[in-house]
Amino acid sequence: MSDDGVFVTEERIEGAADGPLAGQTVAVKDNISTEGVRTTCGSEMLADYVPPYDATVVERLKEAGATIVGKANMDEFGMGSTTETSAFGPTENPAAEGRVPGGSSGGSAAAVAAGEADLALGSDTGGSVRNPAAFCGVVGIKPTYGLVSRYGLVAYANSLEQIGPFGSTVEEAAELLDVVAGPDRRDATTRDEGADSDYAAAADGDVDGLEVAVPTNLVDGADEGVVETFRSALDELEDRGATYHEVELPSVEHAVEAYYVIAMSEASSNLARFDGVRYGHRADADTGEQGSSSSATQSHDGNWNEAFARTRKEGFGEEVKRRVLLGTYALSAGYHDKYYKKAQDARAWVKQDFDEALEDADVLASPTMPVPPFERGGSLDDPLQMYLADANTVPVNLADLPAISVPAGETDGLPVGIQFVGSAFDEETIVRAGSALA
Amino acid sequence: MSDTPVNSDEVRHVADLARVDLDDDDVDRFTEQFADILAYFETLDEVPEVEREADLANVMRPDEVRDSLSQAEALANAEETEDGYFKGPNVS
Repeated sequence: MSDDGVFVTEERIEGAADGPLAGQTVAVKDNISTEGVRTTCGSEMLADYVPPYDATVVERLKEAGATIVGKANMDEFGMGSTTETSAFGPTENPAAEGRVPGGSSGGSAAAVAAGEADLALGSDTGGSVRNPAAFCGVVGIKPTYGLVSRYGLVAYANSLEQIGPFGSTVEEAAELLDVVAGPDRRDATTRDEGADSDYAAAADGDVDGLEVAVPTNLVDGADEGVVETFRSALDELEDRGATYHEVELPSVEHAVEAYYVIAMSEASSNLARFDGVRYGHRADADTGEQGSSSSATQSHDGNWNEAFARTRKEGFGEEVKRRVLLGTYALSAGYHDKYYKKAQDARAWVKQDFDEALEDADVLASPTMPVPPFERGGSLDDPLQMYLADANTVPVNLADLPAISVPAGETDGLPVGIQFVGSAFDEETIVRAGSALA
Repeated sequence: MSDTPVNSDEVRHVADLARVDLDDDDVDRFTEQFADILAYFETLDEVPEVEREADLANVMRPDEVRDSLSQAEALANAEETEDGYFKGPNVS
């Protein structure tokens, strides 16, 4: 781990000599597979895991001439909003001393904010690109579901997540998105949109005539200083010819619980693969302590299930265990209809609400995070409070839509991000809106 | 606080299903936290039934033979292998 906690592994991977990203350095989140370079997901479970293949986005980076400078720190398996659940230690926020960089892609955002990389890739399941972009004062994009291949991304919640770019400016982030976007035969959920994209060209700052809708539900509960900064960014857009109106989205009041039920359920299934047999940590046969229900057995001689349970006890951190257990609970007999099915209803409702709002507006705008960056170490004891901070980002993942977080200014010296949400596969419009500010 | 019956036995049962070994103090802490979190999830009851129109089509492709990882590459990250196979604990 690097001193500032930005990189779990610092290793250079050189790309092609020419290409649109020649001469550019890129930090890659440590849940994106890099052939021959260990990929830990911020977890003890994968501390020594070395992928035998590249993720599609890594292949595309190399072909575009980029130089990868390291694997960026993250909340374990993407589960967190502070990068403090990483098994390898926390990351400094280069833009706000003593505060968290956000998460889960905190190392990626911090790498760009600190100038340790020109660009970075993260992944966004419920805000994990936009949240750290906002907290570190950089630009981050969560693409439409299906725009970017997830092949080689270690899965947390497949139906929600997308790989997304970070940059110091909207144009730079859009250039990186142009490189990684487009169909991939190895990810059947990718679509043809984005095949010959030129999102960077849309970063022209021209918001004359842009109609912005502001969902009151995503502004009312936010911190006062955050709202003030958000409002002044809106004023700037208005000065440049944009107009805005308010809109109510009642469904988003249920977005956080729907998101967590769906994400935890998918996680409980996805993380079942970590059994210590094919890859990853395996509980030691000699030192493995006995489970509460185990007889006097050792991992190799004993019961498969007990060995498996011990391996996962040792390999997973607290937040990962919490989510795997809650997801297992939500899917277990008798509770499936109560939680999972209802969460899917809420997801459809959120999608409907956003689609309707976008019929009368080009983009929706809100503060990216309802609060300024948290103080380090303060937030891990109360998981529910931490989940609630995702209120403004998770609805976008539920609705499969694209969104961008752009620096809006500061409150008390702390960075504040503004989020623009667009229609499906209309990345150009959020890039254009964001480019008026950064 | 919650009418969800989360007790320590239930946490142990779920941990058992998920194959995650827990210490007793893990069980106590999770029991307390789960009560809060599940009570919050209960508000999903207020969500109306929504018509979910699935505007999606299956994506199919021909099943063609292609190169894949070699056996050695596939086994490279395994803790234990034997005769070109993964080796796991006994299934008793």
